[in-house]
Amino acid sequence: MTDDFSQTLLLTLSLAGLTTAVLLVIGIPLAYWLAYGTFRLKPFVEAVVSLPLVLPPTVTGFYLLIAFSEDSMLGYWLINTLGLRLNFTFTGILVGSLFYSLPFMVHPIQSGFQNLPASLREASFTLGKSELTTLGRVLLPNIKPALLSGMVLAFAHTIGEFGLVLMIGGNIPGKTRVASIAIYDEVESLNYDRANAYALVLLGLTFSILLVLFWFNKKLRTRTFI
Amino acid sequence: MTTPDDVLYCRIGLMPYRIHQRLPAVRPLLILLLVLVFRLPAPAQPGARSREVTIAAASDLRYAMDALTATFRRRQPAIKVNVVYGSSGKFFQQISRNAPFDLFFSADIDYPRQLQQKALTASPIQTYAIGRLVLWSPTIDPNTLGLKTLLDPSIRTIAIANPLHAPYGKRAEESLRHYGLYDQVKARFVKGENIAQTAQFVSSGAADIGIIALALAMSPPLKAQGRYFLIPANTHTSLEQGYVVLKRARNNKAAFTFASFLTTPPAKAILKQYGFAMPN
Repeated sequence: MTDDFSQTLLLTLSLAGLTTAVLLVIGIPLAYWLAYGTFRLKPFVEAVVSLPLVLPPTVTGFYLLIAFSEDSMLGYWLINTLGLRLNFTFTGILVGSLFYSLPFMVHPIQSGFQNLPASLREASFTLGKSELTTLGRVLLPNIKPALLSGMVLAFAHTIGEFGLVLMIGGNIPGKTRVASIAIYDEVESLNYDRANAYALVLLGLTFSILLVLFWFNKKLRTRTFI
Repeated sequence: MTTPDDVLYCRIGLMPYRIHQRLPAVRPLLILLLVLVFRLPAPAQPGARSREVTIAAASDLRYAMDALTATFRRRQPAIKVNVVYGSSGKFFQQISRNAPFDLFFSADIDYPRQLQQKALTASPIQTYAIGRLVLWSPTIDPNTLGLKTLLDPSIRTIAIANPLHAPYGKRAEESLRHYGLYDQVKARFVKGENIAQTAQFVSSGAADIGIIALALAMSPPLKAQGRYFLIPANTHTSLEQGYVVLKRARNNKAAFTFASFLTTPPAKAILKQYGFAMPN
């Protein structure tokens, strides 16, 4: 197909890939903190992390649009101190996606940690291993299915996002026009063939991602006790 | 059968690392992810800006603008033109929030004028056409009754553009009020986000009839599909359409090149072909 088509798909994949990579880095410590931490504000943090699950993406998008614009304090600081313009840019939809897909990364990892027998962690501590070593050498290797779920869900969910990217991205080719937006646009111009091509690629991609997830998890579940 | 204790012993080194090694690793997936992140092009940042123009165009221009850019590309093959279509009111909001557009083609010249007042423009505002409204349907011939066609009880849904931010929707409402039909038909409205989506509602059969732009009714996909009734221009305020180079593009020569292309006879001929009446 044409340049536009591959450009849009590449953009979609790079948004999903970057979102997943960054979320993995943020998600592990956050999930660890939520799983093992005991602090009074924990329900508050958990509620904030889960918020994107129940909030319509347009609400998230609307607030981010306002927050990122120069009229708001945050936006003013981002633009004038950091030189970061987030509305209608790729970085902007990346930040939006990070927020939007956060629970899909954190929840599986958190329940992975919580489902591990406490004896694993305690034994490691008893043997004098630090918290970091325990995390890296004992806990994480044991929650691989959860890590896999988190990564796959965050990736697939980012590919499927629409309302938020439409609100803060503005459908700009090569910058913020991801596949789901391109489909909407092509339907509007009665270009059903083109819309269909995008839709088929997305359908195939997300289906095979989920297939891989469930296939792997089935294999894993028979070998570990999670 | 692996028990939790086995895993524990394995982890703390009392048993060989057997189980750990047999698990399908997350590592290949991580590597794949990293490859994806670093291999994929960082989405084009404005580098060779002067060779690229991003246009925000009112969606009544959807087909006319495609024809215009095709002609422009033949003349200026080095300039890449990106066009984004939407409702003029939405673009006005986005441009006010610094959306990265170089040129703005508005179905209502009032929006570019407001941008000019906010000092967000870089050229005088040019009128390029006067838009016209039509009543259009693939199934019903609106020519015998005109707008009164809408009173037909067999019509269940009437598509119009959202009057809040789409100029064509606003004018459609004015026209219906002019004929005293608005209150009788408003319960059957379905509202498109912009005029192209409104046309798509009717074209796909989701709505029975719609008030759309003449330019869309004359476009290749819709021309053969249905019939239209031209709504008299004196029943609503004029749909004077204007374009302007935006402040962001003040140093972008390509944007000005495209703007001046619009004043050439071939460009005017294309606009005329799509039913955009030229101002006298």
